[in-house]
Amino acid sequence: MNKTLPTLQDAVAGITDGATIMIGGFGGSGAPIEMVHALIDRFLQTGAPKNLTVVNNNAGNGHVGLAAMIEQGMVAKLICSFPRSADPRVFTERYLAGKIELELVPQGTLAERIRAGGAGIPAFYTPASFGTELAEGKPVEEFDGRSYVRERWLKADFALVKAHLGDTMGNLTFNKAARNFNPLMCMAATTTIVQVSQVVEPGTIDPEHVVTPGIFVQAVVEVANPAQEEDLNRANAHYPEVAA
Amino acid sequence: MSAKLSATQIAWRAAQEIADDAYVNLGIGLPEMVARFQPPGRQAIFHTENGILGFGEAPPAGEEDWDLINAGKKAVTLLPGTAFFHHADSFAMVRGGHLDMAILGAFEVAENGDLANWSTGPKGVPAVGGAMDLVHGAKQVVVITEHTTKDGKPKLVKRCSLPLTGVGCVTRVYTSLAVIDIQGGRFILREKLAAMSLEELQAVTGAELGVHGTVADLVVPEL
Repeated sequence: MNKTLPTLQDAVAGITDGATIMIGGFGGSGAPIEMVHALIDRFLQTGAPKNLTVVNNNAGNGHVGLAAMIEQGMVAKLICSFPRSADPRVFTERYLAGKIELELVPQGTLAERIRAGGAGIPAFYTPASFGTELAEGKPVEEFDGRSYVRERWLKADFALVKAHLGDTMGNLTFNKAARNFNPLMCMAATTTIVQVSQVVEPGTIDPEHVVTPGIFVQAVVEVANPAQEEDLNRANAHYPEVAA
Repeated sequence: MSAKLSATQIAWRAAQEIADDAYVNLGIGLPEMVARFQPPGRQAIFHTENGILGFGEAPPAGEEDWDLINAGKKAVTLLPGTAFFHHADSFAMVRGGHLDMAILGAFEVAENGDLANWSTGPKGVPAVGGAMDLVHGAKQVVVITEHTTKDGKPKLVKRCSLPLTGVGCVTRVYTSLAVIDIQGGRFILREKLAAMSLEELQAVTGAELGVHGTVADLVVPEL
């Protein structure tokens, strides 16, 4: 078994118009910036993929990564919990102009919907959002004297995630808090594509330390020394680069 | 009304109530400051929604690791005994009753314990983050806030007018003027600034302040 791909171009080649894509990370931590940029390159060269639904905790920051995808007009709908950041202008302008749809989900509900999608659980009940406008239209049921809101699973055609080590069988470790949504998204997508800082041989990662087992991963591509969104934004980077 | 506590002093007052070894989540913004004012000899373990238990202070500028951030996306450091976990586990800690305390900010708190802290209405971009999860499950949900808005309107009200974060969830409020419990659908005044009369405090509060027994002076050091 060998799930590795030689290039980021190969990794994103199969993503189709209208797809639902989970993109890992919490802010910049754990965000697969290089893979998202490869997807933007493909869009600029071929016009595809577009009309995408993206699932992410946030809505991008600055003009790189997810924000750059939104800026190019590739994203029709965003499912997220917190569409604010240090520089949220790209999303904010499109949202207020009615050019992008937003489904706002409490953060823990978003995580659990993704987990449920990967675990084959079509719905679950949570106390979060009970009695608020985010629960409007959703079934409510009482358990042991407290009211809970029914929420549906969330699945995707593709997950684009970032991990630290990945072996050729797709077993993954993550770096510190860059784990966040990534292991959940690996479970919830038909095709999970992972950029890792280093590809290693099976057996290199101690089985006790595997965070995401390879069964949840379809493709692994190595991006050594990945960029951090925060560093790019502090350098006022744009993707693709714009002439000063 | 002249004197009131600074934001830092409100955070200090709230920090005095955190027990040694408590597991605590601090909301984004003002609540983050609470961690700096733990009394000597006490060490709470701080939880951040994005997946860390037991983080420490911010690193010096230039030494940030951007894979090591808190829910406010600020760089943090690690203390001995830290654990990392994914988001579903993180919110299992929140909703599952495993946190001792959540300390949150507020736009409005009502006498029935309702909290509004995520949306100022239909204009602009709505953002909720983990607030709707955090108000459920923590053994104590505490709010720290200015007593009034910048325009002088009460933030402690009879019923919230802004979109709710949670229903009947807040049990204590630390403000720039007072410490108030919420019990049985009422505000119960526990402490107030000595320089302020009960009538003056009531005048800037949007619902009746009940008094059970003595009201202590709210005493906070210069910070």
